[in-house]
Amino acid sequence: MQKKRLVLNYPPHIVEQPVISKLVKDYDLTVNILRARITPKEEGRLVLEMTGKRQALEAGINYVKELGVEIQPLAQDVKWHEDRCTHCTACISICPPRALDVNRKTMEVSFHRDKCIACELCIPVCPYQAMEILF
Amino acid sequence: MAKTIEEINEKIKKGKAVVLTAEEIIEYAADKGAKKAAQEVDVVTTGTFGPMCSSGAYFNVGHTKPRIKLGGGKIYLNDVPVYAGLAAVDFFLGATAMPDDDPRNKIFPGKFSYGGAYVMEELVAGKDVRLTATAYGTDCYPRKSLETYISLKDMNEAVLFNIRNGYQNYNVAVNLSDRVIYTYMGVLQPNLGNANYCSAGQLSPLMNDPLYKTIGAGTRIFLGGGVGYVVGHGTQHNPNVPRTDKGVPKMAAGTLAVTGDLKMMNPKWLRGTSFTGYGVTLTVGIGVPIPILDEEILRYTMVRDEEIWAQVVDYSEAYPQCIPGNLGEVNYKQLKSGKITVRGKEVPTSGLSSYLRAREIARTLKEWIETGKFILTRPVESIPSVDSGIVFKPLRERPIKKK
Repeated sequence: MQKKRLVLNYPPHIVEQPVISKLVKDYDLTVNILRARITPKEEGRLVLEMTGKRQALEAGINYVKELGVEIQPLAQDVKWHEDRCTHCTACISICPPRALDVNRKTMEVSFHRDKCIACELCIPVCPYQAMEILF
Repeated sequence: MAKTIEEINEKIKKGKAVVLTAEEIIEYAADKGAKKAAQEVDVVTTGTFGPMCSSGAYFNVGHTKPRIKLGGGKIYLNDVPVYAGLAAVDFFLGATAMPDDDPRNKIFPGKFSYGGAYVMEELVAGKDVRLTATAYGTDCYPRKSLETYISLKDMNEAVLFNIRNGYQNYNVAVNLSDRVIYTYMGVLQPNLGNANYCSAGQLSPLMNDPLYKTIGAGTRIFLGGGVGYVVGHGTQHNPNVPRTDKGVPKMAAGTLAVTGDLKMMNPKWLRGTSFTGYGVTLTVGIGVPIPILDEEILRYTMVRDEEIWAQVVDYSEAYPQCIPGNLGEVNYKQLKSGKITVRGKEVPTSGLSSYLRAREIARTLKEWIETGKFILTRPVESIPSVDSGIVFKPLRERPIKKK
């Protein structure tokens, strides 16, 4: 089994199609929608976590791509600027999946990209603009 | 046996001084016993790295040809207004100043992404900033406008001068209301969603000299990555607050005014800082050496996080409306564990002062002293202590009579 966190950009003509249910039924994938947004121009943006067998995942991703959906790993959209972080820990209590975490012995902050759900709660909380999310 | 600062300095010059950080001394003294540790250890170094709003810097930028009298005119650095009520080419930049056209909180919560603190950080990083000014013109200073790039190395003087830094303890901020609030203590989630604190605790300078026995006017310190001095007590210095039996204040108490040459500082230790919905501030790195003159002074430096208590205060109503009281006391060991209990509810905690950076400052200062680069000074004046009779006054408003 493999797990992938992906950002999907839907062009307007696909927004009304049942893409996710196909991924579940035809490709046997577990899909967890982390965030979803439809812009005024009716472009869709989804942050998904997909879990399934490696081949099924690849096939599912290919299916989505063939529909004309742009797809990229979530990690590309989330940046922790370590040089700007002062390790103050202001973000720690706010991060729901604990992607931003602190070693309680050293009080050093670290960012675990694979856990981030791009909720953006850390953005207004960080006084040093150390977090950047391009969503 | 008591030591003098002169004796400690002799050891520093010979490279023989024994220096420990305020973190290291805890185990060391517990192990050796306070009496022995006081004989062996010469200096304990402290550190803090947190947002400190009452920070600023003054500059002398040299005279233009023909001359311009900026004093009494309008002066901006990267569009941030500076205080111009001084002589011809002197001015003062405050950390919280922001561009005239910044929307502030008109679109709530404001981002406050740029201001005086950021100008200071950029200058210290060696960058050019835009100096723009207008003046009224005089016979001796005829010029009326100026637009130029300027950097720190172009200036005659560039001096950090912070009138209130290094707060000895602080509130723990929570939000009892049902909406998110944006404060100088960070973003506070509704219904006790989080608790924010701001102190380096056992590493904090004034926590290690709680009754100001060694720190005073003239004490040489680590400031912003360079060397600075304590000017005296800072504004709002309030020594007369409840304290533990070891003298550690249980709420915000003492403060320091500090100064130092900006040209010697490092942008890692002077950081522009933005509190959403609140404003711009400067995060300042300060480290104060404590000379271990006797066992009493050593005992103060043995303070541990679990012995330092702070008040939990509601920032949705009690703080803004000046309603006295608190929601209980917690200690810094609890705060640093990541959760505290308030009104029976488990509340996650976050810091605003970086303990990691505070430790780095204490270690850096330790290294400076060990290698003879930093010599201690004897203060020329003590900071007012609990016997000073200082009363921290609110502003009592007296309506102005209309004529």
